[in-house]
Amino acid sequence: MMMFRASGSEFPDACIGMVAYVLSAPAKIRVQEGLGVVEDASPDDWTSALLQVRDGRDRDAFARLFRHFAPRIKAFLRRGGMGDAQAEDCVQDVMATLWNKAHLYDPTRATVATWIFTIARNRRIDMLRRVRPEPEDLPWGPEPEPDQADAFALRQEAQRLGEAIAQLPDAQRSLIERAFFGEVSHSEIAAETGLPLGTIKSRIRLALDRLRQRLN
Amino acid sequence: MAINHHLSDKILMAHAAGNLPEAFALVAASHLSFCDDCRARLGAFEAIGGAMLDRCEGAALAADSLEATLARIDAGPTTRIRPQPRPRGALPAPLADYVGGDLASVRWRPIGMGVRQAVICSGDGASARLLHIASGRAVPDHGHRGLEMTLVLQGAFRDETARFGPGDIEIADASTEHTPVAEPGADCICLAATDAPLRFNAFLPRIAQSFLRI
Repeated sequence: MMMFRASGSEFPDACIGMVAYVLSAPAKIRVQEGLGVVEDASPDDWTSALLQVRDGRDRDAFARLFRHFAPRIKAFLRRGGMGDAQAEDCVQDVMATLWNKAHLYDPTRATVATWIFTIARNRRIDMLRRVRPEPEDLPWGPEPEPDQADAFALRQEAQRLGEAIAQLPDAQRSLIERAFFGEVSHSEIAAETGLPLGTIKSRIRLALDRLRQRLN
Repeated sequence: MAINHHLSDKILMAHAAGNLPEAFALVAASHLSFCDDCRARLGAFEAIGGAMLDRCEGAALAADSLEATLARIDAGPTTRIRPQPRPRGALPAPLADYVGGDLASVRWRPIGMGVRQAVICSGDGASARLLHIASGRAVPDHGHRGLEMTLVLQGAFRDETARFGPGDIEIADASTEHTPVAEPGADCICLAATDAPLRFNAFLPRIAQSFLRI
């Protein structure tokens, strides 16, 4: 569940509507055959789990994130051509990084899934070659709480993007998937995804602008 | 910095996927250091990566995977913590990391025709170099067998297609034949990455090419 922290009087009306929306969305629980109860968590749940890791060093929250993401990170690494033992080592490293760097997570710029994807991608590059050029980092912190409404809106956009991906024709989705899982070279990557990226780009741009404003 | 020429969707998507050879990744990361618009577009492509990861079928972990990870956490961070890149003058941080300082620390080698170069990195079949083009001079007319990405760091150049100033990036491929000319005024300094040798259209540069590594 999301937590909105009211600071003073500036608690935008829009937030209240969002809280109502979040509260009205029931936590989805499904039962998988032979596996007992499996939580079908939403991006909001992953964010709150990561905040529990960050603020409370909460091992149960970490275990929930681990059970969902670790097998997927491993699939990502294996499909990119990494051997089983190295992929296992890399998964554990990525998940330990998540614990150690939880304070750097910015929910207005990326969902938890996206953040984990970038950590796994970077780790894969580090294992393949020594140097990984990284853009100048925007200094982060000591920051006030990131704007919750912005973080929420970004998750909504990410959700829409996920739905758009699900609706792509199989062939196209598989092409994009192969590009992101490192199964094709950069020259084979198709530029056109057919996905509506404009709105999520605008969201991230807004977050960057706000960050720059705070820095100046 | 007013940037008019940006990274293409194709390059950003390959960068988001971690699929660019190091030389191109260096040019992309350098441009991203200047350009919040491309940073946001990169973020959108990374969001596709996040969605793909979230939706994919997981692979089997080692039986003690979670316990082993918690033991790693208890042992404290072992992965090297990167020193935070800091802006160092004219060079964007990722490039300054490679050069080991600012422009003053670059070891230039003259390659004739008013052009000097310094090879910064090569590997994965692609290489990146700094080019210093005296104002008003031309880089000989050339075509490309592969991909060429050129980021302007100082000064400006023009070719048959457009003008490129600081922060601008030109992406040329096999279909591009061009003669970049440095504008009068400040000398032009660029970071250029290629994944195949350039094809010069004149005889002399072709000979020079074989021992100048361009």
